[in-house]
This record gives sequence, C-alpha cells and structure tokens, in this order.
Amino acid sequence: MDRSNPEPLTCDGVEVRFGSLRAVDGANLAVAAGEIVALLGRSGSGKTTLLRAIAGFERATAGEIRIGGRLAESPTTSIPAHRRSVGLVFQEYALFPHQTVEANIAYGLGRGSAARVEELIRTGQLEGLAGRYPHQLSGGQQQRVALLRSLAPRPRVLLLDEPFSNLDAGLRVAMREDVATILRAESMTAVLVTHDRADAMAIADRIAVMEAGKVIEFATPRDLYFQPTNWAAAGYGGEAQFLSATASGGTAETPLGMVTLANAFEGRCQVLVRPEWIMPAPGVAVHVSARRFEGAHSRLTLAAPDGTPIAMTIASTAPQAFEDHFCVAVRQPVPAYLPAG
Amino acid sequence: MVARFFRPRNRTAPAAIWLPGLLVVAATFIPAWYLARRSTERGWDPWARALENSAAPLMTRSLTLALVVAVASVLVAVPAAWLTTRAALPGRRGWAVLMAAPLAIPSYIMAMTVVDFLGPRGTLQGWLEPLGVERLPEIYGFWGSAFTLTAASFPYVYLVLRAAFATADVSEEEASRSLGAGPLRTFFRVVLPGMVPAIAAGVLLVVLYTLSDFGAVSTLNYDTFTRSIFVEYQTSFDRTGAAVLGAMLALVAAAILAAELTVRGRMGRRASRRQSLMRPVPLGRWKWPAAGFLALIALLSLGLPLGVLGYWLVKGLQANANFPEIGSAARHSVTMAIGGAIITVLLALPVAILAARYTSPLGALMEQAAYLTHALPGVVVALALVFFGISYARDLYQTTWMLLLAYVILFLPNALSALRASLLRQPRRLEDAGASLGRSPLRVLASVTIPLARPGMASAGLLVFLTVMKELPATLLLSPPGYDTLPGLVWSRSTDALYAGAALPALVLVGLAAIPVALLSWRGDLGSLES
Repeated sequence: MDRSNPEPLTCDGVEVRFGSLRAVDGANLAVAAGEIVALLGRSGSGKTTLLRAIAGFERATAGEIRIGGRLAESPTTSIPAHRRSVGLVFQEYALFPHQTVEANIAYGLGRGSAARVEELIRTGQLEGLAGRYPHQLSGGQQQRVALLRSLAPRPRVLLLDEPFSNLDAGLRVAMREDVATILRAESMTAVLVTHDRADAMAIADRIAVMEAGKVIEFATPRDLYFQPTNWAAAGYGGEAQFLSATASGGTAETPLGMVTLANAFEGRCQVLVRPEWIMPAPGVAVHVSARRFEGAHSRLTLAAPDGTPIAMTIASTAPQAFEDHFCVAVRQPVPAYLPAG
Repeated sequence: MVARFFRPRNRTAPAAIWLPGLLVVAATFIPAWYLARRSTERGWDPWARALENSAAPLMTRSLTLALVVAVASVLVAVPAAWLTTRAALPGRRGWAVLMAAPLAIPSYIMAMTVVDFLGPRGTLQGWLEPLGVERLPEIYGFWGSAFTLTAASFPYVYLVLRAAFATADVSEEEASRSLGAGPLRTFFRVVLPGMVPAIAAGVLLVVLYTLSDFGAVSTLNYDTFTRSIFVEYQTSFDRTGAAVLGAMLALVAAAILAAELTVRGRMGRRASRRQSLMRPVPLGRWKWPAAGFLALIALLSLGLPLGVLGYWLVKGLQANANFPEIGSAARHSVTMAIGGAIITVLLALPVAILAARYTSPLGALMEQAAYLTHALPGVVVALALVFFGISYARDLYQTTWMLLLAYVILFLPNALSALRASLLRQPRRLEDAGASLGRSPLRVLASVTIPLARPGMASAGLLVFLTVMKELPATLLLSPPGYDTLPGLVWSRSTDALYAGAALPALVLVGLAAIPVALLSWRGDLGSLES
C-alpha cells in the first residue's frame, strides 16, 4: 500500500458481537479519499453498529479498522474515540443544548479558531444565527450545525448516522443537496448510514449494501441499479424482478423474448428485469391482467405468452397505460445470476 | 436500535473520577465502622443484655409506629396524588404545592404544635371547655406520634405516587375503558395495581423515615429506639449501651432499605415513556368533597402548625419576649445549610458520575454502599461521630467541620440520587459527540456532562439545604458549644416548655426551609425530594 497517501478508511472482516448476536459479521469496506459512501441496509442489518465501531463507540470482536492507514480498532487494539480523527454526525444531531451555534461549532477546535468558525457558518448559510441556541433553530438548521460542528476539526473521515431521517419529505431533498455540497466543498471523506435508497443514490459516490452484518455489494449507484453483482443486492438499487431464462452467447431467452445480457453467462439463469425496463415496443404480445394507477406511473401486471405474471411500470401518459393488449420488449442489457436455491 | 440496547459500558473511569469517589464513599463508612467497633469492644455481653432487656419492646414500638404511619400516609397520599395529577380539579397546581409544602415543617416542630393544640389543657380543649369537654383523648404516646409523623411524612409518599401517576402508561387505562370498564372499575383493576410498586416504595420510605425520627417521638414521650439511644447517651456514664442500640437500629433500617432498593429497581422497569396527556377525569358532584379532603389535609399538616406558631408569636410579642440569639442562630443554620449543600453536592458528583456512566463493579459497589448509609438515622450517625471525634479526631471534635461531616454523611445519598437521575436523563450521545470531536473523557465531562448536570446539581443542593436545615439530632449532638442553631434553639425552648420563645425560631426555620421546597416545586422538580 502507498504509505504516503493511504486510504482514509478500511474495514477488514470487522465483527461486532453483542452476546450471541453478531450485529456486524465480517464487514469489508475500503473508502477512497474525498469519496462519499452510503451504507445502505434495513434496520438491524448492522450498519449503524459498523458506523459506531468506526467512530470508536463499539469494540470490534474480530477484524481490523484502519483510519488513514493506522490501525484504529481490532480485538487487541482500540484507539479511544477522541483520538481517531473521525467525526460523527448523530441521527438526533446531539447538539450541546447549553451552547450557542458558534460554541457548538467551535467545540472541537482549539484557540484562535474564530476564522474557521466564521468560514463554516458561511458555508452552512447560517449567518446571523451564530448566537442562537439549538432549540431556537429549525430541524434543517440543526442538521447543518451538527454537520459543521463535525467538519470543524477537519477529521480524516466523517460519519453520518441516518442524517435525513428526522426531516420531513420536502426538507429532506433540499438537505441532501446541502449536505453533498458542503461535504464536497470541504473535500471530506464521508460514510453515511441510511435505509433510504433515494438518499443513498442522490448523495453517494458509492453505495455499500449491508445485510445481516455483511457488506454484500459495494458499487456506484449506477452499477447498483443496472448491474448489481449480487442478486440479493438488486432490491437495494430499485424494485427487483427476476425472470427465469436460458443464456447463451451474450443473449438470453426469457418469457419476454430475447434480451441482451449485461454480463457473461451460459445456461439456465435468473435475469434481473426491473418493471420500468419493460417498454411498449414491437416484440412479445402480452395482455394486462391487473392495473394500478399511481399518478405519474401506472403499474401493470402482465401475462407473458407462457402465462408468467410480470410486473411493469409505465408512464401514465403512454397510450398503452390503459390498453389491455400490446407488445413489449426489454432493450436494456440485463444482468444474469445463478438460479436461486 | 439493537446496538443501542445492548450497548456495553465497560469503559473504565479515569482516576480523577474514581479516586475521589472512593474516598467519599469510604468517609461515609466512618459511622458504620465506628459503631460496629464501639458496640462490640466489650464483647457481645452488652448486646445480650440489650436484647434481653429493652431491645424487643423498643423494636416492637418502633416498628408498630412505622407501620401505622406508613399505612396512614398511603391512605392520605393515594387520593391526594390521584386528584392532583389525573382529576379535573380546579387549582390542581396549587393543591400539588400544598401537598408537598409540609416538607418544610420538621417533625419536632409539628409535634410541639400538636401538643399545644391537642394536648391536655391545650388550645382545642380550651375552645371546647364551654361545651363541657373536660378531657381530650391522650395525645402523648402512640397516637399523637402517629398523627404527627403522618402529617410530616405523607408528602414523601405523595411525591413518589405523583411521579408514578404522571408517568404511568395511559394506554393501559384507555384500553380498559375501551373494553367497557367504567372509571371506578378501571381505577381499581388497572390503575391501582399499576401503582403497587410505587406504593411499596413509598411505604418503605416512610417506615425508614419514622424509624429514624427522633424529634417527634421525643416531644410526644413515645419510647422508640431513637429516643432511647439519645436518653442512654445523655444519662449513662458508659455509652456502650447507646452504641449497641444504635447498631441494632442501623441493622434493621439497613434491611428495610435493601428491601426498598429492590422494590424501586422493579418500579424503574415499569416506567413508560409516554407522558400522560389524557383528558383529566371529570369529578362532577365529587368536586367539592375532593377539594374538602385536600383542604383538610392542608389544614392538619400546615394550618395547625403554622397557626399555633403564629399564635405563640403574637402572645410572645405581647409579653415583650425578646429573642437575643435568633440572629446568630439563623446565620449559623443558613451557613451550615449552604455549606453542607455545596460540599455534599460536590462530593456526590464523582460518585454519581461513576454510577450513571460507568459499569465497573467498583462503581456499582460504591453506589450501593452510599445508599446503604442512608439507613443510618441522624441520631446514630451523630453518636458515632461523637465517639469517633473523641477517640480519633480531637481537633475536629466540637468544631463546625465535624457538624458538616455529619451532614455530608447523612445527606450524601439524597444528593446522589438526585444527581444520578439528572445524569441518566442526559442523552449519552452528547458525550459521544464530544469524543468524536476529539475531546478526552475528562474534558468532555467538564465541558458537556457537568454543565448539563447543573439543574440536577441545583436540585440536589436545594434538597440538602432543606434536610440540613431541619436536621435535629445531629445538630444537637455535634454543634460546638455556644454555637446556636435554629433547631437547637427550638429544641431547648420547647423542652423547657417555653413555647412562646420557641415560636420565632421555629417560624424562621420553617420559613427558610420553605425556600427550597418552593424553588423545587416552582422548577417542577419536586420529584427529587422523594429521595
């Protein structure tokens, strides 16, 4: 490894056990400098525990965590949280209620930090609020103060625990942008935990999908959507629908006709066909067995010529949205997997 | 979620915390240790003699009194707590303050006024004389003591129950109502059973209070353990007897305290997160009887003592009584109360931090130990410190430092539980945030934990101020010669039956003790008084 510019964060086979429960069970992760990584998973998948182990608030029972190349956590070593140079933005913000915005941001800084605090307040567009106390701020403002406070000491890695879960839908979208902008302005290496696919897609350079304490996929949002390598991870990139198929020479025969494969595969397989990948086009004739109008999109249940039920999403403005018989095709190259079981 | 639930707390505390904590807890063991030594230094003969002669009847009397007072307190406190938390009663907040206010009246002052008002040839009898009432029922002895101590101690049960009613899970009640049970049936089948742990905790609290009370039973001539210890100490040349009785009382009280801690532990698990936002229960035509009930309680526990004291004061002023020592006594009492409060809170802080933040076995042990000293009645602690001072600390003996030491030992547990509760309410992620911003544990303590614990420290301080202000036996036994205090003044005047002379110091004392009670109830923090 290049010692002069080591990776800011690596997790190697990390395990965190609570009694007999393995909350994190051999997780691997390597985050590059300046990268924003989302840890995406359901509740109970171990993502928050892994985050807390990186921050130094949980002990690893196996594996290694390195920060800036230095061993920070292993069963035999544990650098205390305050010496790791790892910032943590808490889900509930954890602002100090007895300190002003300014004092909160300055907390992790030494003397003579006024200029840095001022710069951060400007970055977060909190001018004029420096003298307020946390309870006098809106949710979005509290969120920004929490973020700026963690950024202030310029940690090597910044961790964010469910940063948007306490915000309502509208504010959430705006805050995603703000957080991404601030993180990139500071060229910060960041790991954020979320259970929301849209959050992860919108903000992350790469997404680490966690399931049962393991990182089962680590890919760009694009790859996670178009060609997840692990079929179990496909559902995290969007709605997953698998069709039985037979592959040969870069194409596969499916109930919806021939499709192009995104990966090399031969023989019987399952291909991922997301409902929105199916387009009305000259191809296989289908009939609609059920229809649900969902506003911008409509959701159809198709019966393929061989009778297989298939889900399809279609723009409600398309003429086929309200027809019972039409032809469909999948133009998108689709990934193939070994048949389950 | 899972992560937070199982979160281990095995970090070891910095030496800057556990070392002072250890010293403080060790200091609180001085009385128990010395009592054990002093009571056994002539072998077990004095124990055998005490057991043969006085111990059994004393124990019976003390425990009977404690039980009767506890039951009476519960009967008063349950309706009072329910009415002031759940019922649509006009002036609920005002009533709540009145129910807690008797805490400002020490039991011995209550006892004096009871004797004066209800005693033979007392005020009430004077009023009733024209009606041909020649004699009132005997007030000295058991029933007078029971009445006095109930009036003085029901607020403790009231506060425990009030907190329990306020935090009980309302959805249980709503479920019961939705299943067709009426309000009465719901109260007896769902609400009251839910209160059982709180009631048990309250009962044990009152039992402990009654066992250690010295002022009321002495004034009312009812021979209990505490009174015998004091008499034995003052009258006999050999004080081993007093030490033996003191040790016995401490053992019984410790057993009761252990039971209380167990019950309280169970109560904690029941507490729900959901605040009761239920619509207050309309009382209809029961509104006036309910208000009358609360008014009667306030009349007996507040009106009677304050009325009698006011009457004495007026009579004393008319007779041109002068009160030369009152100024210095008040100054001394306030100095001791403030000094005791500050020192006790500062000393309790490291122990509370250990108890609330670290799970080392040492910390748990220290906390338990600190609470166990709570079982030592004031008269026992004072006695032990007298012995200790004479044998080991001549320089301290008969100085105000010894008095302060007694207050610290006596009231450390009160401060500790108030502080601990306030630390436990603090979200731990704030400290984690401090650490993740690069601050060492000690700096996080200084910049986050302790500043945020300030309200808890203030509550604890007010609580200690109140208890020091009222404390009688330790003040009597350990005040340096010539060091007048308000309790001392009240006590010496009343034992000489100079009630008019006792009125002013008593009123000043009650007035000063009312300050922390008022501040705590204004802060909505009366709950901390229950410790």
